[in-house]
Amino acid sequence: MRSKPSEPSSARASWALKFGAFGALLFLHVPLWLIFLYSFTTDESAYSFPPPGLTLKWIPKALENSAMQDSLFLTLRVAVLATAVALVLGTLAAAAVYRFDFFGKDAVSFMLILPLALPGIVTGIAMRSAISLLHIPFSFWTIIIGHATFCVVVVYNNVVARMRRSSPSMIEASMDLGANSFQTFWHVVLPNLSSALLAGAILAFSLSFDEVIVTTFTAGNQQTLPIWIFSQMLKPRNRPITNVTAMLVVLITALPILYAQRIVSRASDSEGGSK
Amino acid sequence: MLNKISAFFYRRPRLTLTLFLAPPLIWFLVVYIGSLITLLVNSFFYLDGFTGQVVRQFTMQTYAKLLQPTNLQIFQRTTIMAILVTLACVILAFPLSYYMARFASPRMKTWLYLAVTLPLWTSYVVRVYSWKLILAQEGIISWAARLVHLDGLLNWYLKNEIVGGPSLSVSPTGIFLVFVYIWLPYMIVPIQTALERVPKSLLEAAGDLGATPAQTFRTVLLPLTFPGVIAGSIFTFSLTLGDFIVPQLFGTSSFYIGKAVLTYQGTSNNIPLAAAFTMGPIVIMIVYLLIARKLGAFDAL
Repeated sequence: MRSKPSEPSSARASWALKFGAFGALLFLHVPLWLIFLYSFTTDESAYSFPPPGLTLKWIPKALENSAMQDSLFLTLRVAVLATAVALVLGTLAAAAVYRFDFFGKDAVSFMLILPLALPGIVTGIAMRSAISLLHIPFSFWTIIIGHATFCVVVVYNNVVARMRRSSPSMIEASMDLGANSFQTFWHVVLPNLSSALLAGAILAFSLSFDEVIVTTFTAGNQQTLPIWIFSQMLKPRNRPITNVTAMLVVLITALPILYAQRIVSRASDSEGGSK
Repeated sequence: MLNKISAFFYRRPRLTLTLFLAPPLIWFLVVYIGSLITLLVNSFFYLDGFTGQVVRQFTMQTYAKLLQPTNLQIFQRTTIMAILVTLACVILAFPLSYYMARFASPRMKTWLYLAVTLPLWTSYVVRVYSWKLILAQEGIISWAARLVHLDGLLNWYLKNEIVGGPSLSVSPTGIFLVFVYIWLPYMIVPIQTALERVPKSLLEAAGDLGATPAQTFRTVLLPLTFPGVIAGSIFTFSLTLGDFIVPQLFGTSSFYIGKAVLTYQGTSNNIPLAAAFTMGPIVIMIVYLLIARKLGAFDAL
């Protein structure tokens, strides 16, 4: 009646579990492979599967497309500036929360996560109503304000996590040895934070690069790349070029993210090793 | 000089704190909280039907409009969709999370973790776009259905008024599938984190005491990982409530909250009604977050 011999001490996964796990994994990844496949299809006017033939001709055509180029450069500029603002604000907030005890500390971290926790449409429509109330024209800058706001939290999370893991004795030692706060910051704190800052920046960049919901509300007639793709989905005018652009966007965001993941995991590995 | 400045700030921690905290705090209070307050205020204004202008006078009539049957239906439809999507995400996430937490070697686990989080950071619009390819009438699903001679079944399913539509890419089922696909990683990560914390010995103890795997799951594993499920559901639920892209691209003419907000704000410039509409998800999410905090979900994040 006790533990049956057919169920040993759960050392191996059952077939059903493996099937479920593998199935979920395929469900997450097959759609992205399809995007890559469709970038090479000869089919211009439909999404037929299997593709009637394969060709490389759309890739140069998409790269030369001026609407696509304009959107791409606009998106890059927005993402860089939004990331810069988020880096400054996120790091300052992280330093304040880590170094000091003050009234409403929990409220601050709660407020920072709010733009990501609340549906994007709330942030979007709220900002739109505020911006139009103040009679500020919708422009490049209003997009950046929106993006920076929800990017702060990823920088903050990365930096505060690193600060909590690094030991304060390093800072004390630096001060004991006669360094002032600025020297300590430059020679001890910053090198220690650098990979967390880099990881946070990459995450913020890709968050901004991909954002579409808030951007819909804070942009004027500027079309960021995600908005351009969205408009192409509503009224497909140029399917092959949209396919290639979609592939391009995956590559632009996925590669830096893979790199950021490596930084973060390497940092926690080396800490684990030293303990 | 620097030493003096350094010492000056060292002796005045309050001032240093203010200097650190002021920029992010002011940014958030002005840009974000300020916007939210504007939104709230706007929801108490109303749109004059004749002039098409927003009248800045306190009124409850915009909220009263929310109670019209068509609008209540929008809330109901969106909430049901959010619940179904959340449930489907939990069901799909559990086997993979469990496999990651219990059976995968450390190396394998790193890879799986990457495989799960990478889609999270891949462009949202592009991921939605991929389903335009998949669900299209001439796409891979129809092709697969024909291959196994189930296209009759697919057509019969699409004729059903509640779940079907002209094709899979214009149907509630399409919306549901795309939502589940997009939000699934948000569910896997917290569930996996929660599963990692369940000591193996507890499961073995349950087994030794004669519980079947199903009983162990229901009485030991599920209660212990419930905070993780709640944490994941915060994302899946909230994101589904507010999304307008997916219903816009895959929906029939029926509205969801996000699409309604976009339409009222965009085409009829009825910002008050759009604002009142967004109060729905905000209230739902605040209540949800408070309950989640009570249940300890934030420890699993």
